[in-house]
Order: sequence, then structure tokens, then C-alpha cells
Amino acid sequence: MRRRLEPYLWLLFSGGGVVAALTLPVLVLLFGVLMPLGVVAWPSAAHLRALVDAPLVRGAVVVALTLCLFHAAHRIRFTSEELLGLRRWDALVAVLCYGAAVAGGVTAITLLF
Amino acid sequence: MTTARPPGHEEARPYVRPRDRWWFARRRSLAVFVLRELTSVLVAWTVAYLLLLLGAVADGTTERFAALAARPWMVALNVLALAATAFHAVTFLNLAPKATVVRLDGWRVPAWMIQGGNHTAWLAVSALLAYLVLRSS
Repeated sequence: MRRRLEPYLWLLFSGGGVVAALTLPVLVLLFGVLMPLGVVAWPSAAHLRALVDAPLVRGAVVVALTLCLFHAAHRIRFTSEELLGLRRWDALVAVLCYGAAVAGGVTAITLLF
Repeated sequence: MTTARPPGHEEARPYVRPRDRWWFARRRSLAVFVLRELTSVLVAWTVAYLLLLLGAVADGTTERFAALAARPWMVALNVLALAATAFHAVTFLNLAPKATVVRLDGWRVPAWMIQGGNHTAWLAVSALLAYLVLRSS
């Protein structure tokens, strides 16, 4: 079971890594740094709503955010095991990490649909 | 690492090397490796932050979100997240030719071309997203 699951987890990891690399820096630059500092004005609430209005866009946002979370979960799983010596608890750590990613994906769905 | 055991003690527990808690601080390359892996924590944070924003957009509380986003600790955290996600992007996109070998008619596409293509895609996607967010506002 574990053996057969692992390649798919790596696939989600690398897919999420690409999505995170392409989209997250510009989004955190805009919404997390430039807008709060007043360098760029916040878009109006109506404009932000319109951005995620199309169902196709909503679906894409959910998929993208979930992939990013799976990427992070996969790395956090192995890094925490290496740094903190938790290799013995791999099954538990894996459930916690991927579980959090699934929870984040479900949150995205409930927020957007 | 193995020591001869006295007769009658053959069943003794095997020697387990003690874990080096600071293995990642011993070499520069290991420190960079761990730093790269730790970007994932801030990738997760960035997604959480965007979910908060989406929630505010859905509830019509973007004003409150903007006030939260402007708190100094929040800006500091997001500057860190920006650095981490950018570091992730550079390292992850550079890794691609190691993971996939692209061949055209038997000619192996050199690593720098794949990396260049990836970074061009990064630039293009970033420009498109920035345009969509910032236009008419």
C-alpha cells in the first residue's frame, strides 16, 4: 500500500513545486508586501470578487492551492523527520502533513464554492 | 565500528551510532539544502495567507484583511515568505533538467535551455497574474 502510494505523493510534490514556483512569489509580493506597504493600491473588493468569479478560475485556484499544500506537506514530512529525528514516526508524520494539505484543499473549496 | 564481544555475550545489542543533531550545520551545502527544504514551511504559510484573503473576499471583509496585512509583524512575515518562495522558485526550476531528460530526435536538450525556459515561464506567469490583479484598479 505505502509502496504504491509513494510515487503519486512524489508526483504531487513535484507538480505542486512547479505551481508554487510559478505563482506564489508574485502573489505574496503583491498581496503580502506591496499592497500592505502602500506601494500599490489595494484592488477594489468588487475587482477581487470578479477575479475569482468564473467557475473555471475557482477550480483552477483550488487545484493550484491544493497542489502547493501537497508540495509543502511532502517536504515538511521528510525535513521534520531528518531535522528532528522523527523517522520512526513516519506514518504519523505523513498522516499529519498530508491531512493538513487535504484540510487546506477542503477549506479552499468551501471558500470558493 | 564493531568490537569483538566476549564469549557468552553474542546476543548483545548492536552498536547504534548516536544521532548527530547538528548534521545540517556541519557543511555549507547541507545548510543550503536544509534552507531549501524549509522554504516549504513558508510556501504553506503563503497558501494559508491567500486562503485568508479568499475568505475575506467571499465575506466582503477585505478592509479588515488589509488592516491585518498592514501590521508590521505581518509585513515582516510576508517579506520572509517572499524571499522563501523566490528561493524555492529558483532552486526548483533549476532542478528540472535533473529530473527529466528531454530528447528531440536523439539530441539532448541542454540543461540551461530547460532552466531558461522554466524561468521565462515564471516571468510570464508572474507578469500575467500581476496584470490581472492590478488592471483597472
